[in-house]
Amino acid sequence: MSDEAFDPLDPRLDVGEWVSDAFDWFTETFQPVLDVVETVLQGLYDGLYEVLSAPPFLVMIALFAALGWVVRSWKFAVFTVAGFYLVASMDRWDAAMETLSLVVVAAALATLISVPLGIWAAKSQAVSNALRPVLDFMQTMPAMVYLIPTLFAFGIGVVPGMISTIVFAMPPGVRFTELAIRQVDPEVVEAGQAFGSSPTRILRQIQLPLALPTIMAGINQVIMLSLSMVVLAAMVGAAGLGLDVVSGLQSLRVATGVEAGLAVVVLAIYLDRIVSALADRAPVARATKLRT
Amino acid sequence: MTAVRAEGLFKVFGKKTDDAVRRLRDGASRAEVVATGATPAVIDASFDVRPGEIFVVMGLSGSGKSTLIRMLNGLLEPTAGRVFVDGVDIFAIDEAELRRVRQQRIGMVFQHFALLPHRTVAENAAYALDIQGVPKKERLDRAAEALELVGLGGWEDRYPAQLSGGMKQRVGLARALAAGSDIMLMDEAFSALDPLIRREMQDQLIDLQARLGKTVVFITHDLNEAMRLGDRIAVMRDGRIVQIGTAEEVLKDPANDYVAQFVADVDRTRVLTAASVMEPAQLEVSATGGPRVALHGMREKQMSAAFVVARDRTLRGVVRDQDVVAAVNRGDSTLDGIVGDDFTSVHADAYLAELFAPSAESPLPLAVLDDAGRLVGVVPRVTLLAAMASIVEALPDAEQDAEHGAEPARVEGGVR
Repeated sequence: MSDEAFDPLDPRLDVGEWVSDAFDWFTETFQPVLDVVETVLQGLYDGLYEVLSAPPFLVMIALFAALGWVVRSWKFAVFTVAGFYLVASMDRWDAAMETLSLVVVAAALATLISVPLGIWAAKSQAVSNALRPVLDFMQTMPAMVYLIPTLFAFGIGVVPGMISTIVFAMPPGVRFTELAIRQVDPEVVEAGQAFGSSPTRILRQIQLPLALPTIMAGINQVIMLSLSMVVLAAMVGAAGLGLDVVSGLQSLRVATGVEAGLAVVVLAIYLDRIVSALADRAPVARATKLRT
Repeated sequence: MTAVRAEGLFKVFGKKTDDAVRRLRDGASRAEVVATGATPAVIDASFDVRPGEIFVVMGLSGSGKSTLIRMLNGLLEPTAGRVFVDGVDIFAIDEAELRRVRQQRIGMVFQHFALLPHRTVAENAAYALDIQGVPKKERLDRAAEALELVGLGGWEDRYPAQLSGGMKQRVGLARALAAGSDIMLMDEAFSALDPLIRREMQDQLIDLQARLGKTVVFITHDLNEAMRLGDRIAVMRDGRIVQIGTAEEVLKDPANDYVAQFVADVDRTRVLTAASVMEPAQLEVSATGGPRVALHGMREKQMSAAFVVARDRTLRGVVRDQDVVAAVNRGDSTLDGIVGDDFTSVHADAYLAELFAPSAESPLPLAVLDDAGRLVGVVPRVTLLAAMASIVEALPDAEQDAEHGAEPARVEGGVR
């Protein structure tokens, strides 16, 4: 910080410096916590990647297609086979599995954090009011900015990219959950109260089941935003399709960039359709579609 | 003994609510209080609901009736005043106890049914029992009984989306019945249904109430529904209860011009009963009196026929003037030979709508009988027509009342 007096005609505030100082203090003080976080995230990522990349790619394609068939339709299974086979034939299989691992772990953690936050915000107007600017900040701050501090805290590798992804992808999870709970028919909630149900029971038996389809839409958004972060994550050392895009950009090789980009699109469509199919299978969604 | 008792209930939304209550108690009008930023929804509501009656709260939208009913089971906390459910002051007890009162004493039926879409009909009907902690087998059995009661037996495994509006509300009703509580709050329960289905549901409610003896607090904006269902009706306007009374009291003696205008287009013939319009019989002759006594009476009243009653006032029949004269000429000592049965009798509780056809066919006034067959009055055709026309008469009366009508007039139902 500068020692000079503040000159209102030529204002200079070292906002960046202050945040950086604060961050330095934070990393030093909480180093043990950060270490644990790093170990856990790295472990989850490695574990999932091991599982996804161990079987031959044809086996994995069959498994993905089977999942698509079960939750959606045989047509979607055909698309799955074609799409993933294309990825493999472009020699992007391992990179795709790395990216899938990154996205699944990041999206899962973002969901685990954002859904309870959303419920809390729906229950308390004060929390909702406090969260709103924070979420706006998280969503509008250029995503790349998150890379810098996380890079310092965790070093080169997949973890800083993952943390940035979680921060960037979380807001829609919170917003959709809050909206979903608030949109539950107040009369049905009143019915729970009128028959003497407790607030936790109303949450579990009425609000969450009725809000589930909308919450799932939020989770879908979380996954899509996570996917959009893979290229940025690659800039701080995450492997996968993002890295291929970055190297294609750096060496100006259109072919690499296009192939990696196509693989990302295949992953995105697959995840989107699976999650929205799961939302359609929510008990409320199924029961309300029934006809006599 | 009252099932539900409201004592000086106020509900004010917005700012400075306590201040608003103080002003309202000091006689401020609603508009004056609204100007201060507070919105009074319910103003000084007091009433007792007797066990086993259907108590209807009737008012237009915005009159505060939905707010009022939500204070009766504590869904809304009053700004001032108290509510007793079976003698328990529900705002003096803690949350857990209040939940117990709701589970055991007071159920609710909602305007838009408020069913859980992801649960079957049976599970919905068993919902209250689930909350009470009744084991699954038993609660499904009891839910099935309740569904049977409302005519939905066999629909247990369907989902609400597969039912029509009327059927959904039957599930809502079954849910409240299965809960086993003696008091049911019904918030515009039939308002979302088609008119025909609504009639059907009203009949079913009356039937169920007669069979099960539930205490029902029923909210509606439909006066005809209020008149059909209510043992007593509380009319609300702008947050205040302006009149409490039976359907007939509200119709015949409206507390102010508002109520009078409100009831002006009610189908009176389905509310007023024979007993409410009947007149004393101009001439009854005693069955033991003999023809001379009868003839004397008929000459006195210039009547051509007379009802013949026994000593216990049960109706025996009618005698005609020419037959009486003939009997006197023959020197008969009793009326026995000449009592005819060419008259029509109706029960005292019959609605006016049921009197038109008999009245048109009967040359004599309709004889009104009580349960024991005793003559309690007569309804001449002209009286029936006059009762129909009384809509027109009622309005000038009401205008007189309106001068002292600012004070909410309470017509207590009294003993029936």
